[in-house]
Amino acid sequence: MIQVVGLTKDYGARRAIENLTFEARQGEVLGFLGPNGAGKTTTMRILTGYMPPTAGTARVAGYDVVSESLEVRRRVGYLPETVPLYPDMTVFDYLEFMADLRHLPNADDRVAEVLDVVGMAERADSYIGNLSKGMRQRVGLAQALLHKPEVLILDEPTIGLDPAQVVEVRNLIREIGRDRTVLLSTHILSEAQQLCDRVLIINKGHIVAEDTPENLQARLFGAERVVVRVRGDAEGLEERIAAVDGVQDVERKADGGVEFRFAPGQDVRPQVARAVVQAGYDLLEMRPVGVSLEEIFLQLTRDNVGADASNE
Amino acid sequence: MRNIWIIARREYKLYFISPIAYVIAFLMLLIIGILFALALVYYSNNAFMMPMGAPDVTIVTQPFVFLMVLSLPALTMRLLADEQRMGTMELLLTAPVRDWELVAGKWLGAFLFMLTLIGVTLIFPIMLNGVVDPGIDQGLMVAAYVGVILVSAAFLALGVAVSALFSNNLAAFFATLVVFVVFWWMFDLAAGILPAGGEILRYLSMQSHFYGSMNRGIINLSDVVYFLSLIALGLFTGSVAVETRRWR
Repeated sequence: MIQVVGLTKDYGARRAIENLTFEARQGEVLGFLGPNGAGKTTTMRILTGYMPPTAGTARVAGYDVVSESLEVRRRVGYLPETVPLYPDMTVFDYLEFMADLRHLPNADDRVAEVLDVVGMAERADSYIGNLSKGMRQRVGLAQALLHKPEVLILDEPTIGLDPAQVVEVRNLIREIGRDRTVLLSTHILSEAQQLCDRVLIINKGHIVAEDTPENLQARLFGAERVVVRVRGDAEGLEERIAAVDGVQDVERKADGGVEFRFAPGQDVRPQVARAVVQAGYDLLEMRPVGVSLEEIFLQLTRDNVGADASNE
Repeated sequence: MRNIWIIARREYKLYFISPIAYVIAFLMLLIIGILFALALVYYSNNAFMMPMGAPDVTIVTQPFVFLMVLSLPALTMRLLADEQRMGTMELLLTAPVRDWELVAGKWLGAFLFMLTLIGVTLIFPIMLNGVVDPGIDQGLMVAAYVGVILVSAAFLALGVAVSALFSNNLAAFFATLVVFVVFWWMFDLAAGILPAGGEILRYLSMQSHFYGSMNRGIINLSDVVYFLSLIALGLFTGSVAVETRRWR
């Protein structure tokens, strides 16, 4: 549904993205992961026909984004990073205006339908200027869904939402992603892990890695990480844990927890738990540690894993 | 065409909930009304000394076009600049709408609002028709009002074009004012002062195409063509400006 080949965009002398090549298949949720300024928004703007690339080609839903821009725009739903809303319109009027622009038959019915989908039906007559940030985000999402687009492009859809709203919006995206192609950008790794079938990591305009979230984590670290916490003074705990067969990289964290790794498939947690208890510690907690995006970036840049990963 | 109409309709409705549009409409009608009343008083006081007769529609149209130079920039400034500022330009430029349709729709919305306002000012000639015996010159009235409509359409088109260049309403306002002043006065002024090129400069001046003919009851094809070309120029420049935004 999305095919991007050698995409490059310059803003004056600054190169925002360079030679990006990737594709998204039908019914796939593709995550675009990267820090601010990595080129995520630029790429999305090119894919939605907002601006042309400096070099390279992109096809969305079978149409070229430059020469067949209108066809692309008819088939894409887009939620930009700053949600584009008219504060002096009501939610219903705004969505009706967008539905009219897309020449939808029975615009009113369709607007009522998407309002239901995003859970904003009871606020249909509110002025957008009076809505909370989370509600605006949902109105923006409703706008992107109006015409049942084949491809949905969402730029940081959960940014600025409170935790409950984040969960709602994520559920919504997962729902939509069952039968549509979704490209979403985020800088939250856990979000990508929850939502995406595949993740592209982009940094400074380059793709540094591309894989499923699970594989990425496993390949980058080659191990799973666990943190152990005990009651009271944990003097000598590291040595006890390190003595267990299969444990690697034992490290005392600043908050008192002790972290270690083990190779995938060799789960040593039962042995570690037994060793800790036998040594007389009160075991309070043992849990796997998620990998943060920052760590992935550090890893990718430090070990040059990125080059290997994207070549595979 | 449908897209133009959809955009124009939203823009037209927006004028009726925006305070600026009301302020402009109110001030215009107020000033025209005061000048109208003063003119009536003046004419009736000096009726004996003025053998050429009764007041005509120009006591309305003359101040009207003058006020348009000063106030229409406030009507057009936000048309595209505000979309840019609010980020909704991204919405419109990724909707299945051509750039020129967007610009033409914005212009049409503003023009429909001005037509409404112009329609309201018709009460002045109607009143005048009642107090003047045997009624005002109908031909002059039609020609002058066609002139007012064309002048407003041309101003609005130029205003939309300037608005496309800015993302700040105030900057768009002043830049539009400058463009209006140049087209309304400067070309005319220069034509009178410069030794050469007077013909061309006078042709470019909006004033001469209005005061010189339509406001005297004459509709020349060349004047109509002039105003239509200005509208085309404004809409074309606006479309190009929107399109170049994409490349930046």
